[in-house]
Amino acid sequence: MSGDAEGLQRSIREYPGEASSQPDYLPSATLAAVRFRAEMLRRLRTFFDERGFLEVDTPILSADTLVDRHLAAFSTELPCGPGRPPQTLWLQTSPEFHMKRLLAAGAEAIYQVAHVFRQGEIGRLHNPEFTMVEWYRAGDDPAQGMQLLSDLCEAMLRRGPAEWVSYRQAFERHVGLDPHAAPTEALAARCRALRLAVPPGFAAADRDSWLDFLLGECVQAHLGCDRPAILYDYPASQAMLARVRDGDPPVAERFELYVDGVELANGYHELLDAAELRRRNGAVNAQRVADGNAALPEESRLLAAMEAGLPAAVGVALGFDRLVMLAFGATRLAEVVAFPIGRA
Amino acid sequence: MASYNTSEFRKGLKVQIDGDPYLMLECNFVKPGKGQAMYKCRLRNLVRNTVLDRTWKSGDSLEAADVEEVEAQYLYRQADTFVFMDTNTYEQYEIDKDLVDDAWKYLKEGMVCSIMLFNNQPIGITPPNHVVLKVEYCEPGAKGNTATNVTKPSEVETGATIECPSFVDIGDMIRVDTRTGAYIERARE
Repeated sequence: MSGDAEGLQRSIREYPGEASSQPDYLPSATLAAVRFRAEMLRRLRTFFDERGFLEVDTPILSADTLVDRHLAAFSTELPCGPGRPPQTLWLQTSPEFHMKRLLAAGAEAIYQVAHVFRQGEIGRLHNPEFTMVEWYRAGDDPAQGMQLLSDLCEAMLRRGPAEWVSYRQAFERHVGLDPHAAPTEALAARCRALRLAVPPGFAAADRDSWLDFLLGECVQAHLGCDRPAILYDYPASQAMLARVRDGDPPVAERFELYVDGVELANGYHELLDAAELRRRNGAVNAQRVADGNAALPEESRLLAAMEAGLPAAVGVALGFDRLVMLAFGATRLAEVVAFPIGRA
Repeated sequence: MASYNTSEFRKGLKVQIDGDPYLMLECNFVKPGKGQAMYKCRLRNLVRNTVLDRTWKSGDSLEAADVEEVEAQYLYRQADTFVFMDTNTYEQYEIDKDLVDDAWKYLKEGMVCSIMLFNNQPIGITPPNHVVLKVEYCEPGAKGNTATNVTKPSEVETGATIECPSFVDIGDMIRVDTRTGAYIERARE
């Protein structure tokens, strides 16, 4: 096993680039891909400029971080002088906090092309540092937000407008059950009946994990194959920072864009209620601790901004590298990202 | 015993599942929606040669499999047992016919093969990629017919049957690719 340490070093370099045998000082993307990426960025800015959006630039390093069950942010320390403890700063997992604070300050339509960071996400479609396009427009309802996303997708990919498929429709079609009504045991039973490779140690009562697993195994690959697809009205338990709309069942006003089975964007009809966000942060932290992860700071300047008053808005975050990958006809991020983590 | 965390998962890793050694053929990171990160892997059972698809949650780990390959010389066959000798340690390995699998077709005394050991027990053998075998019996050769697209079954010295071109005769030495079982050419030897 003496070769393994060296092998692991090598694997980190090779993983996102997979087949590339080029020396690692060279980019994994061709110059043609680098040029194409620049053209996509121009097209993106034109799209937002034509619609009166303001391009903004907010910090990558922040005192605040998102309280999320399955995201791991990088952190660093700001020295605060002799005899004083350093301040923990977080590398953003998305620019959402700062952009919502701009909305609270009166901005109406803003977009940003931001580098964001997530620990442990390395693979064909993942890199720990990636480029996110995020935008907000005050006053939009979910339908308007989904229409704007569909227009953007059409302008960038030229594969026609997106079809809208509810989370329930998608599950009924591809899994054969109602994701809101089916008991959690039925989700587990469905996984067994379909002979899916369920990871060991899946908690039987962890409903959202079963839903995510079925989504990943049975649904995602079918989404956006003929034309782009927007999946909408998520289970209320997966609202994250989206509003929950009352009804039977109540659903999260959250949506995701898929093209060729690849998840490209996530949007929220933004949660405005600070008390509700505090409640969710507490619940997420309890779950993080139960999962064996550290609790994250629950208070943030976003909460202060929400208390002062956030306008109704839809916000969407889109993975720019994946968008370029699909438009370029590539199958790995490393083909359109000049220096993925192993070459960074 | 060492173990591998999911962040170390990669193609080529040798791991243990339910007591059996597996080779990781593929490993893909997935994270559906805003859910749990997982590693979807495809593995080959190194004893049974079957392929398995398994998924692990990020943060899980697998025990490493103590698998190594050694060079060993084929000595002789006794009923269903093939006897090899490690060329470095001179240790002898008795390997059952089931584990030798198709490799018996190419085994000649003195041939140096690669033996895969799991916890120091042999689990499989790999003969050299190319071996030269003597044809013991075949239908008479068609004189002057050098076409290689017409083949006939020919029995070689190990008792195996190899598909050969029709010009091959009894007593010829032929070179065979052990990975495919295919005739390559006539050999002088």
